[in-house]
Amino acid sequence: MIDKTVATAADAVAQIYDGATVMIGGFGSAGQPAELIDALIAQGARELTIVNNNAGNGDTGLAALLKARRVKKIICSFPRQSDSYEFDALYRAGEIELELVPQGNLACRIQAAGSGLGAVFTPTGYGTLLAQGKETREINGKHYVLEYPISADFALIKAQQGDRWGNLVYRKTARNFGPIMAAAAKVTIAQVSEIVALGALDPEQVVTPGIFVQQLVAV
Amino acid sequence: MTYQPLSRDQLAARVARDIPEGSYVNLGIGLPTRIANFLDPEKEIFLHSENGLLGMGPAPAPGEEDPELINAGKEFVTLLTGGCYFHHGDSFTMMRGGHIDICVLGAFQIAANGDLANWHTGAADAIPAVGGAMDLAVGARKVFVTTDHVTKKGEPKIVERCSYPLTGVGCVDRIYTDLAVIDVTPQGLLVQEMVPGITREQLQAMTGAALQFSANCQ
Repeated sequence: MIDKTVATAADAVAQIYDGATVMIGGFGSAGQPAELIDALIAQGARELTIVNNNAGNGDTGLAALLKARRVKKIICSFPRQSDSYEFDALYRAGEIELELVPQGNLACRIQAAGSGLGAVFTPTGYGTLLAQGKETREINGKHYVLEYPISADFALIKAQQGDRWGNLVYRKTARNFGPIMAAAAKVTIAQVSEIVALGALDPEQVVTPGIFVQQLVAV
Repeated sequence: MTYQPLSRDQLAARVARDIPEGSYVNLGIGLPTRIANFLDPEKEIFLHSENGLLGMGPAPAPGEEDPELINAGKEFVTLLTGGCYFHHGDSFTMMRGGHIDICVLGAFQIAANGDLANWHTGAADAIPAVGGAMDLAVGARKVFVTTDHVTKKGEPKIVERCSYPLTGVGCVDRIYTDLAVIDVTPQGLLVQEMVPGITREQLQAMTGAALQFSANCQ
């Protein structure tokens, strides 16, 4: 019998090692796997590269991971916000590396990794600072920038319900990066509000097929 | 001549008039978000928010906020009947695949050729953030920009060439300012409307690029 569920968030993140690249789902606080992040802080892994849309809000979740100085580099689209003070302080002190990626390029680079593509030509960013030094190509009269996949050792995501095979459904706009990050990481760990019996999720409604999920934990 | 610039609400209402029923529309953060308040409730217009919803409705009643139902500005919103949720891959497929009919963005500067600068001042100590602005600029079928005609210091925001870092190259179709509606055309900037009382000369003096005027702008 295959059962991908683990008992606690601490068990789920135990394997995350120093220097790992970790995708963290969420757009702001919506969909952020706060309990997994708290467990990761307690676990102690350092020198992490984090992939997220933002760079933490307030002083919980991803912001707390930054504050604990576990993050060497962050790959994100929108770090600066009214409540991103933990990131702002580290960035101004030169204590965190930032790779700023337009949001759609972040999404398609993550998807490219999950899909096994070698790279993507994207129109976004052409002619801007964020494409400087990158290969470009004109295809059918439009300009594109070559962008490489973003893959990860681990993805931490949040879903509403999951079953022991790892099938997931999400809730409202908390879905955001969860499904695409799940496919792009070697090990995807999902925290869910509820683990349901196999067969309880309508197969027509499953958003993330369990093949993309290695562990899940109810929080 | 004396004239009265449009208020922010008047500007939002002016843009709203140009959004036809059935359009799929993304309203950027800031003034563009306000346009939703002025869309004709009799028209069915699909508002998209890049964090993953179509059919976005207004802010919820106090006490009804759901932290998992937000828009791209991370504000609490609602979902209209018939609306739906999707992940970021699908959301940016909508934006870059030419499925969004109209996006409305704010601007630091717009150049005469339609270049847009709206994400970064380029200041050395500024922390850059870009979000979905570059995706919308290249991906929406029509890119509308709302802006004050001049900066708080009175400097033109419509210029020959942007001095701020670009968001997109040649991407703007129409500019709505508090003084005028201006189309970006292959022949240059074409003023379609001006606020009552302003002269062509006054508008040109506040604009950093050459303007042409349609016949109805006297």
